[in-house]
Amino acid sequence: MTAPLLLTGGRLVDPSQGLDAVGDLLLIDGKVAAIGGAIAGPDGARRIDCAGQVVAPGLIDVHVHLREPGREDVETVATGAHAAVAGGFTAVAAMPNTRPVTDNQATVGFVKRQGEAAGFARVYPYGAITVGQMGETLAEFGEMVAAGAVAVSDDGKPVENAHILRTALEYAQTFGIPVVEHCEVMALAHGGAMHEGTVSARLGLKGIPAEAEEIDVIRCILLAKLTGGHIHLCHLSTKGSVDLVRWGKDQGVRVTAEVCSHHISLTHEAVEGYNTNAKMNPPLRTARDVEALQQGLKDGTIDLLVTDHAPHHYDEKEREFADAPNGIVGLETALGVNVTWLVDRGILTIPQLVDRMSCLPAKVFHLPGGTLATGSISDVTVFDPTRAWVVDPAAFKSKGRNTPYGGQTLRGRATCTIVGGRVVHSLDG
Amino acid sequence: MSLLGKDLIGIEGLTREQITTILDVADPLKAISERAIKKVPTLRGMTVVNLFFEASTRTRISFEFAEKRMSADTVNVATAVSSVSKGETLVDTARNLEAMKIDMVVIRHPASGAPRFLADRIESNVINAGDGTHEHPTQGLLDLLTLRSHLGSLEGKRICICGDVLHSRVARSNIWGLKALGAQVAVCGPRSLLPGAITDLGVEVFGRIEEAIQWADALNVLRLQLERMERGYIPSLREYNRVFGLTRARLERAPKDLVILHPGPMNRGVEIDSDVADGPHSVILEQVTNGVAVRMAVLYLLAGNAPALADAAKAESA
Repeated sequence: MTAPLLLTGGRLVDPSQGLDAVGDLLLIDGKVAAIGGAIAGPDGARRIDCAGQVVAPGLIDVHVHLREPGREDVETVATGAHAAVAGGFTAVAAMPNTRPVTDNQATVGFVKRQGEAAGFARVYPYGAITVGQMGETLAEFGEMVAAGAVAVSDDGKPVENAHILRTALEYAQTFGIPVVEHCEVMALAHGGAMHEGTVSARLGLKGIPAEAEEIDVIRCILLAKLTGGHIHLCHLSTKGSVDLVRWGKDQGVRVTAEVCSHHISLTHEAVEGYNTNAKMNPPLRTARDVEALQQGLKDGTIDLLVTDHAPHHYDEKEREFADAPNGIVGLETALGVNVTWLVDRGILTIPQLVDRMSCLPAKVFHLPGGTLATGSISDVTVFDPTRAWVVDPAAFKSKGRNTPYGGQTLRGRATCTIVGGRVVHSLDG
Repeated sequence: MSLLGKDLIGIEGLTREQITTILDVADPLKAISERAIKKVPTLRGMTVVNLFFEASTRTRISFEFAEKRMSADTVNVATAVSSVSKGETLVDTARNLEAMKIDMVVIRHPASGAPRFLADRIESNVINAGDGTHEHPTQGLLDLLTLRSHLGSLEGKRICICGDVLHSRVARSNIWGLKALGAQVAVCGPRSLLPGAITDLGVEVFGRIEEAIQWADALNVLRLQLERMERGYIPSLREYNRVFGLTRARLERAPKDLVILHPGPMNRGVEIDSDVADGPHSVILEQVTNGVAVRMAVLYLLAGNAPALADAAKAESA
């Protein structure tokens, strides 16, 4: 049992209860005991001065790759969960493209236990949609959910067979979990290494057209419409995708969507010089797409922000562009990137940012947290939205160093991360 | 540091002055290859590694002649015999070579950007001898040298690049070089073999070879990789020739005499018919001759020599 925690004088931002006011927050026995105003803590309470800081419900990232089991050389559940709390995240959902694939109750349970043993962020496993992510046979959703899975996805590989995706959307309804789809028409994207456009034409790299994503986005929306199931679309990267999701929501389809911090901050120009730390799938797109994604996030078409945290070994990225793997790490830069590109530029207010990084991820994935209401779990992120800092990949808690933001100055950084009433990260010691 | 910088990775980014200097240096160097003793001591003591990760005959031989005629010591490394096939990375291969104290690397690689990657990581000068579908700068330069000798100044001249622009590093190098020298540039080919964003590169697009022939002063006909048909870009080589092939019948309808270039190797009867390739307007073999001179000029300049000394270098052979 940890001592009661009293966070004093912070700006309490909790969109789940429409709260944005300076006040205190008291955490006792892993629960929010009191919020707002001046609180006289119980004897023996540890006090943390939060003056000048935002005190928010713990940030949740529903799209990370923790690489365990299989690639413990590039990340483990423990190092990933450590990186998460360093970046201000109190919970992450781990994608199932591990080796072996997390497509059964045993592996789901293993990932969950590794998360608990690490004692940093809460780790919620995904289960695969299909056995081995092969797109052929549905994995056992019921057993995986019983073992702790919060959603199913074959992320990295779209479920190309529309019948299988349809049945997944139907079958998942029994368990109340979203089906999470990586939207990509493989035949169109085949061999592509970056966005198809001016930069790819110049660099002589095979491009991935925006339509490779958009065609699958509309397929997913229509299958959700057909089945009444909940489809959650991974890492949207194009204006067309935003328009299609907007249409789907207007039709009343149960479609939710996410966007990565890198897709709202960088364009395909970042690939110049064959920078493999700007290589990811979906690829960085045009300024027009970035603007549409920002607007989609602002108007609610896109529900939430994620990182798609994807650690790779240094050697794997240190090579010819076409042969380098996709993905970048994001857990320790996302908050800064989001504040710098969304809040500082007037696209989102701080409460809106907290909503899209905490409340909505919890709501869409039916996770605990996302609120500081009395009685809810005491997962809290304290961050300084004005603190400027220089990204130093060598200082990451993640084993991954593959970031396009290295050396850049960002504004906004988590100063204290609390999971279950326990301080698991404190920036200033 | 030479006037070109440390490396020659692409023509994109080179100034008109830099390109003109290379061509001006190359012109007199042509004479060296005409002499009984085809050798000058300019690069004596320098070691050049020709690092070829992709099959090449003419480019590799052309570089090797250029190096030898400048008295450099050369080593050829080809993929089949290198340790790359044993899983060594590109950067390890290069660092091992450099540990043996070399001065320059000429690299041909199937991945776009590989020469840039290498150049950023080693001290030696790096010359791109063709990378993926990105650039082939010495080919672009030799095309410019050839065009200049036939058309004079390229300012305002109309050059059309015909064929598989999508997969062509030669096309990209030509586009940048020609535009830097003030030429008007067009591309012509089936839309499936042109990049979607091609007009962003500042070129005109012709859908029919007949239109290109009416418009142009010169045509640079690209090699059609035979695998394009298998990958679904075009239905058949036969139809390609019938619709897009440069035939004598089509050329006879040109309003003026066109200069015909081809980077080789040619698929006779596909993108170009033999009677055109071997005809009076073809400068294809002259391109090959100019290739040695252009590569000598690039080696000479990257080694840090002043452009004005090129004439002196030539004189040494006299």
